[in-house]
Amino acid sequence: MSRELPAWIDIGILPALNILMAFLVAGLIVLMVGENPLEALDVLVAGAFGYPGSLGYTLYYTTNLIFTGLAVAVAFHAGLFNIGGEGQAYIGGLGVGFAALSLDTVLPGWAVIPIAGLAGGVFGAAWAFIPAWLQAHRGSHIVITTIMFNFLAAALMVHLMVNVVIEPGQMSPQSRELLESSWLPFAHEILGGLGIEVTPSPLNLSIVWAGIACIFVWLLIWRTRWGYAIRTVGKNERAAVYAGIDPKRVVVVAMVISGALAGFVGLNEILGVQHRLLLNFTAGYGFTGIAVALMGRNHPAGIVLASLLFGALYQGGTELDFEFQTITRDLVVVIQGLVILFSGALAFMLHPTALRLWRGWTARRAGRGTV
Amino acid sequence: MDSQTGRAGYRLMSDLADTWLLFVLTLDATIRVAAPLVLCAMAGLFSERSGTVDIGLEGKMLAGAFAAGAVAYVTGSAWIGLLAAMAVSTALAMLHGFACITHRGDQVVSGVAINVLVAGLTIVLGIAWFSQGGQTPSLPAAARFQSIVWPFADTLRAVPILGTLYAEIVSGHNILVYVALASVPFTWWVVYRTRFGLRLRAVGENPSAVDTAGISVTFLRYRALLFTGAFCGIAGAYLSTAQSAAFVRDMTAGKGYIALAALIFGKWRPMPAFLACLLFGFLDAVATRLQGVEIPGIGQAPVSLIQALPYALTVILLAGFIGKAIAPKAIGIPYVKER
Repeated sequence: MSRELPAWIDIGILPALNILMAFLVAGLIVLMVGENPLEALDVLVAGAFGYPGSLGYTLYYTTNLIFTGLAVAVAFHAGLFNIGGEGQAYIGGLGVGFAALSLDTVLPGWAVIPIAGLAGGVFGAAWAFIPAWLQAHRGSHIVITTIMFNFLAAALMVHLMVNVVIEPGQMSPQSRELLESSWLPFAHEILGGLGIEVTPSPLNLSIVWAGIACIFVWLLIWRTRWGYAIRTVGKNERAAVYAGIDPKRVVVVAMVISGALAGFVGLNEILGVQHRLLLNFTAGYGFTGIAVALMGRNHPAGIVLASLLFGALYQGGTELDFEFQTITRDLVVVIQGLVILFSGALAFMLHPTALRLWRGWTARRAGRGTV
Repeated sequence: MDSQTGRAGYRLMSDLADTWLLFVLTLDATIRVAAPLVLCAMAGLFSERSGTVDIGLEGKMLAGAFAAGAVAYVTGSAWIGLLAAMAVSTALAMLHGFACITHRGDQVVSGVAINVLVAGLTIVLGIAWFSQGGQTPSLPAAARFQSIVWPFADTLRAVPILGTLYAEIVSGHNILVYVALASVPFTWWVVYRTRFGLRLRAVGENPSAVDTAGISVTFLRYRALLFTGAFCGIAGAYLSTAQSAAFVRDMTAGKGYIALAALIFGKWRPMPAFLACLLFGFLDAVATRLQGVEIPGIGQAPVSLIQALPYALTVILLAGFIGKAIAPKAIGIPYVKER
């Protein structure tokens, strides 16, 4: 008799059932407010993929979610819950903005863009470093400190935008527009240059960087000594100590990488789309990253798929506003919450039942074999 | 000469009186801002002292605010709204328990799930039911908790110092403010002076000892979450039916997290947590008052930075630079009954 569930049930069927439950409950809610869930689904899918340019928007959202999803996942592998992706992305954007605003008049674009991207990573990493260091060396709980750092980031940004960065003579707190040389090229421009005409959308070159980040995280976690150390500390800190791994260093390194990944949201938003520094450009991507990482089971491949799903939901959600009287894009937030609930908090709910069924089935089969 | 000193003295007195009044008014605002924080911090105290992390205070309070606003509008009664808020918030607390206690899910993840779910659901339901962009319709006076003027408050207002204190601070709040103030001694009494409270604290420190004594860890933690749900519900009702006259989208705006910070700042004890709520409320009240005020030598008051102080202070405390915040020992660890 088999004692454990086979992998195809444990990482195939059960997670799929969890996500299915999340969407079923979301469907019930749509039904409750008096709309047809299938119609809503139809509008979501059509909004995400169905009209010219919608795929570009979907992929633009996907880019942000890949960054924040990877950020949450890297911390998860070290046994840390980084709720601070939102703040790290915000401060990362500040870094991108600072670098680009101070360099775009003196350097050519091909020099400004990498420097600004680097600044985004460094700023995001620095914002994650403080909670990480406090966790490692002072024992302060990283969940609480990263929550606090989200609020601190928001307050700092308001202060800087209103008092320091604001364009003189402007009423709304935003910086001057960056010179066009430092913008990331849009996908429709690149494809247009190759002779492929596509509808303009905010999708830009940063999606390539997101792809590189995925490969980097996969290599880091499963193919390097650092990744081994991160996973060991995440699984069993005491065993890690006996294996000669310093958990304090691992905590700090994992969080710094996590923060840098979140910071790259700033690259997409500031250099790719907004072309200026402004408030609230993170728009909850840091929190959605949690849902993405849980759904993608902390693996880059899973994260890409989950980001694509949530990117489609973000984009399709805007279409809900136009098509329905009673449901809006806020439905996407509900779905996100349900995914976190079922794929995260209730991830083990079906496990005992599945195990019982599996054991019963294998026992019966074995019994039949002996007769 | 005489009359000049007299006039200067009079001006000084009137300046002092103005300053005093400003101080009292700021304290008054502090109490109004701190009331939901206090309720939420007490809510969190029950959950966390029993060993269940609760970062879902924010979501439960928001759900409570929505339920109170919606039900008070439909029924025309603030009290029925309050009951609805407590019921909805308690249901969410039970969901948290179902995920974390029964199924041993990650407590932080479950809290995040509740916060995100409620942030979306209140708006979806609000738009579907009231079609006002996620708001609930504004409540008539009868469907709100009104301020209660204590006897002689207006007569005594003229009395210097004590009179203003009585009229502004003691009198003139709605009933839920007094409930919030009463929740502190109540929590203290339950947690430190009852058998249930002793077991509650024990289960947060050493659940297997409690289990060995023949007491169900699961049932105890669920009961602790009942308190958490009820208090968060009252805090929510305060926001939508006492402080304001309607539910507005995202109306908690981080108050649940501030309350959590206050709970930690107060080292998971009722009285210090209460004082932390007052401190954080005071900072908020001061920041609101300083909006757009020029401070000599500094310029515009850095309001957003003052509002960030509670978070910064909590981080500094957690870092062990001002005392040490020691969490209940078993917090965050799902209990597995040994065989």
